[in-house]
Amino acid sequence: MSAETKPAKQKDIRIKRHWYDNEGLAGYIFIGPWLLGFMLFMLIPILLSIYFAFAKYDLLSPPEWAGLQNFINLFTKDRLFYQALKVTFSFALISVPLRLIFALFVAMILNRKSKMIAFYRAAYYLPSIIGGSVAVSVLWRTIWSQDGVINGILGLFGIESTISYIGDIHWAFWTIVILYVWQFGSSMLIFLSGLKQIPTTYYEAATMDGAGKMRCFFKITLPMLSPVILFNLVMQIINGFMVFTQAQIITQGGPNNRTLMYVLYLYNSSFKYNKFGYAAAQAWILLAIVGFFTAIIFITSKSWVFSEADDGDKPKKKKKKGVKAA
Amino acid sequence: MKMSTKHKIGTAVYHVIVCGIGLIMIYPIIWMAFSSFKESGDVLTTVNQLIPSKFVFENYVNGWAGFAGTSFSVFFRNSFFITILSTIGGVFSSVVVAYGFSRLHFKLKGLWFAIMMMTLMLPAQVLMIPQYIMFGSIGWTNSFLPVIVPEFFGKPFFIFMCMQFISGLPRELDEAAKIDGCSLFTIFSRIIMPLLKPAMITCAIFAFYWKWDDYMGSLLYLTEPRLYTVSIAVKQFADPTSVSDWGAMFAMCTLSLLPVIILFICLQKYIVDGIATSGLKG
Repeated sequence: MSAETKPAKQKDIRIKRHWYDNEGLAGYIFIGPWLLGFMLFMLIPILLSIYFAFAKYDLLSPPEWAGLQNFINLFTKDRLFYQALKVTFSFALISVPLRLIFALFVAMILNRKSKMIAFYRAAYYLPSIIGGSVAVSVLWRTIWSQDGVINGILGLFGIESTISYIGDIHWAFWTIVILYVWQFGSSMLIFLSGLKQIPTTYYEAATMDGAGKMRCFFKITLPMLSPVILFNLVMQIINGFMVFTQAQIITQGGPNNRTLMYVLYLYNSSFKYNKFGYAAAQAWILLAIVGFFTAIIFITSKSWVFSEADDGDKPKKKKKKGVKAA
Repeated sequence: MKMSTKHKIGTAVYHVIVCGIGLIMIYPIIWMAFSSFKESGDVLTTVNQLIPSKFVFENYVNGWAGFAGTSFSVFFRNSFFITILSTIGGVFSSVVVAYGFSRLHFKLKGLWFAIMMMTLMLPAQVLMIPQYIMFGSIGWTNSFLPVIVPEFFGKPFFIFMCMQFISGLPRELDEAAKIDGCSLFTIFSRIIMPLLKPAMITCAIFAFYWKWDDYMGSLLYLTEPRLYTVSIAVKQFADPTSVSDWGAMFAMCTLSLLPVIILFICLQKYIVDGIATSGLKG
């Protein structure tokens, strides 16, 4: 019975064109969820946020237009704003390169064939997958406290140390840097997949010509990896400026505002001091800073990211590889 | 012969070093897990002793009791509820949008796509304040709605990742199905979606663990103990000014990490592949 009805049914559908077979309309139906979400949860908030940045707003009374007052106050009167900028810049400029160097180093170590690699990769990636959680921040706070693990281990080596690192004006900042660098896993995985793409013939040819390991690294590995480095750098710079959970839980910005991360200060301005307009202005400054850094990285990348067009020596080889990868 | 012994020693040294560094890396987590089985008073007096001299489970009992009359069963239930719903919503909506962007032709597609990619760069902090005010004005604060509902409108990260996967599927599939009389919706649900299963699993893992660890969103919107997620509960439980029960604190920290770690161990192939192919942040 089904054999008889099926062809007829199929024919029927082929002739009948539904209203929703119009691609122009169907396209909008498919992207509809995102489009609606974008309008409701992004576009309106963005417009509101622009308005708040130029207003005085404490949430209790309606916003009052204040012109550039928020920005003027931030740049001329707010000592904490400069402190937060200083802390966040030094944090991003120190911890992002450290994280990437570490990620590349471990990726190169793990880039060999062995049954254990999958296991190692998992172990090294584990901190990244849980590192952003509250539990790890709480753990970190305990490890670096006065009678925590670090002082305990130092004691084993006969070094008497009783300082609380998280409360120490010099050390507190570094505990957060170390926590950040510790989570190098996802950059490492990206590097690892980048390393796998480099044809081994390049190394073989270079070694035949008498190039040493260092030379191979600087002349082959780094240039070939440069697009991946660019990607990682941009992602991590953006991440680095957004650090919040760790600073809020481990040090609360202290001691003496030594770890007052920008986003933590922004959070305090709004939800602690109820200065919502002021905080909105800070958010836009943050966006400008991140945008500025990303732009600089992209503009300078033309000179240090290796691309097919620059590759005069082995254009054919490169192209072949590109096709394969795609 | 000589070469191979040398090679063997080299390999052994390599594995010892890699294992050693790996152990140092995850030592803090192992330390925390073992500490949660120590007598609470011993946690900070025996920091150098990794294995407890006596395994006790009362930390878990004491910790589970929670605070403010709310136990951790409530917090875990909240976290699972929020995380699972957001994950399902996020993954399915993203797949739908990804199909639209990668296979259909419609007006202004390029513009919308460019805007979507730009929103990837926008820091959440820019949206945080106005969203808080908007959700407040429609009475959504102190409910799960602000942390769940926005997830149902597609996540640009996942959309982009699914698009990468879809672009790897041959277009002939779509065309063959079209000739057989499938509508665009049938093509999507019967052909594209089943093929996207690996991508969807990867997205689901990331959606799960980002939401599970989410701190800022819960901090803003869930301000009553009965609504707390595990993240917030652990934070409150471990308040530095009042914490004295270290054992219970570590017990709850360990438990809060457990779902993510189990998921990671079971599905790590998808995670590694997902990061490698799309460069997702972790």
